[in-house]
Amino acid sequence: MADVTLIKNPAEQQLAAEWASARAKLPGAAPLREAAFERFATTGLPHRRVEEWKYTDLRALMRDAKPLAAPPDAAAKARAKDTGAVLADIDSRRLVFVDGAFAPELSDVAALEPGLEIRAMGEALASGDALVSARLGKVMPTDDAAVALNTAFMGDGVVIHVAAGAAIERPIHLVFAATGDTPGALFTRSLVVVEKGARVMLVESHEGAAGRDYQVNTALELAVADNAHVDHIKITREGEKALHISSLMADVGAHARFNTFLFTTGGAVTRNQLFLRFAGEETLASIRGATLLKGKQHADTTMVVNHASVGGRSREVFKSVLDDQSRGIFQGKIIVEPGAQKTDAKMGSHTLMLSEEAEADNKPELEIYADDVQCGHGATAGDLDEDLLFYLRARGIPQAEAEALLVQAFVGEAIEGIEHAGLREALSEEVAAWLKAR
Amino acid sequence: MPLLEIKNLHVEIDGKKILNGLDLTVKPGEVHAIMGPNGSGKSTLAYVLAGKADYEVTEGEVLFNGENVLAMDPDERAARGVFLAFQYPIEIPGVATMTFLRTALNAQRKQRGEAELNTPEFMKRVREAAAKLSISQDMLRRAVNVGFSGGEKKRNEILQMALLEPRLAVLDETDSGLDIDALKIVADGVNRLRSPERSSIVITHYQRLLNYIVPDVVHVLSKGHIVKTGGKELALELEKSGYAQFQETPVAAE
Repeated sequence: MADVTLIKNPAEQQLAAEWASARAKLPGAAPLREAAFERFATTGLPHRRVEEWKYTDLRALMRDAKPLAAPPDAAAKARAKDTGAVLADIDSRRLVFVDGAFAPELSDVAALEPGLEIRAMGEALASGDALVSARLGKVMPTDDAAVALNTAFMGDGVVIHVAAGAAIERPIHLVFAATGDTPGALFTRSLVVVEKGARVMLVESHEGAAGRDYQVNTALELAVADNAHVDHIKITREGEKALHISSLMADVGAHARFNTFLFTTGGAVTRNQLFLRFAGEETLASIRGATLLKGKQHADTTMVVNHASVGGRSREVFKSVLDDQSRGIFQGKIIVEPGAQKTDAKMGSHTLMLSEEAEADNKPELEIYADDVQCGHGATAGDLDEDLLFYLRARGIPQAEAEALLVQAFVGEAIEGIEHAGLREALSEEVAAWLKAR
Repeated sequence: MPLLEIKNLHVEIDGKKILNGLDLTVKPGEVHAIMGPNGSGKSTLAYVLAGKADYEVTEGEVLFNGENVLAMDPDERAARGVFLAFQYPIEIPGVATMTFLRTALNAQRKQRGEAELNTPEFMKRVREAAAKLSISQDMLRRAVNVGFSGGEKKRNEILQMALLEPRLAVLDETDSGLDIDALKIVADGVNRLRSPERSSIVITHYQRLLNYIVPDVVHVLSKGHIVKTGGKELALELEKSGYAQFQETPVAAE
């Protein structure tokens, strides 16, 4: 039985009550869930005195914990049909999750490429799936409280296995749609195992209706074996009232390539956590992101990149555009373990402030235990350059359009790193749409 | 009616007086050269005409086609036909040259109530203008001025001028840093735009450019106002005698 002595505030009490009533009904993995909830119960919701959550005090931001979302009815599924439209122009395999539950009738699971296996996490958990039993919770273990909560309450998600050497050309698009009428909490968990030399591109998009009050805690475990190549893109455009917590836990093997891009425009509060470990030698990784916020939005990207072997190379580039009273946070930690010689890691976090009232918080950290490495970080925050604006305006371009050009150029530097041309375009259009709605 | 009429213009930046009662009238079709020593206010005049925010006009007026341009935003002035070729054209990373040119051209057309140019017509105009200025396709593919040499940046200014076809072009030391071949290319670009309706103000420190862009009127600017006006021969005279005589001349009582 979990030690609940530290659970104090209403959200924590509601989570404990929810756990008590739901634990018997949640699919499979009971010992894993029990241990995870126990871990959560000893610490409670992370707050500002927990260093990793310093700028996103969940105990203060989460005034309540929503009950687990009800399974989607036909109406909810109907509303989910148009979601994921951001990738409408790209030929992808859509896997749709409505209010946290896999919706096979909206998904494309026919004619899987050789070497590709896809199944729903809920079923896999319930049936004691071998891959899930072997890997879940073990890809990149972390003590993080949000991950513990996800493990305790995880409902559905996807399990993907890509066999050694298989090259899956068609991107797989995980569409997470929050459409239900009642406020609810969505705990999705996915596991993606990419075997040696395989290649796959994974796109996650998370969206929900404006005005709907809901909470998302989503987690993805990603095991990338030696010589594999994985592209991952996450688009977060939740509804304006949503709380969204996302954890990516990835373990990347030798000579593997791993590219991830986090694109965030939506949600009241968004927390993107990345726990990455490059366990094999000469891993090549690109970790990038763009965040565009307005109103009172709060978005936090917190990343730990662990270079654990020789000759790894990683580039981290995060760009934020903050308007109105929004708040953008970047915490990036690069760890170079003893023996991870010849590591080459460069991290940059750059913020464009479009308003006097916006706030940017930046905390880069380097922890280096090897002596022959190249590591660096840079952080900037500033307004749009007046001289650039004047140059554009002197050519007849009105203020708003000139600002839009410069913002697009600023964000574009990060987006350019995406290899897939269609996605690059789709995200550039998202930026343009955001600017137009400013 | 004159195209440009500047009357008793006084301008300050950060509380420091730069222009001190400057008067200048430019009629349609005329090319005026403004020469003067460093710090005489030449670039300030250029920036004030284009509408740069840091400059405070404390007295006087500027009429363009009879309208008070000082009340207008920089983009409104541009749409009415004021063009400034910058002394130091700025690099704009991430903004493609073609996107920039098209946005500028169409923004001006829109402000004037004209239809946007379609892509083939736009491309044709850019290609033609670029060829005349020896601007390569590669330069057009890059971000605005990024990685351009000093001379390339100046030619890019003239390319923008050729496409935007302003009524009044203000060239702020466009000749600085140019070798003789680049100077000729730039001068040809300016001369091609000469017409009975269009006027130019050529700001320069040296007479050399004026061999290629032959002015109708030459002014000497010193201590923030015009101290001498003459024909093209005044430029040659200055080349011989230098600016010292004007710097030592006390500002006339105001």
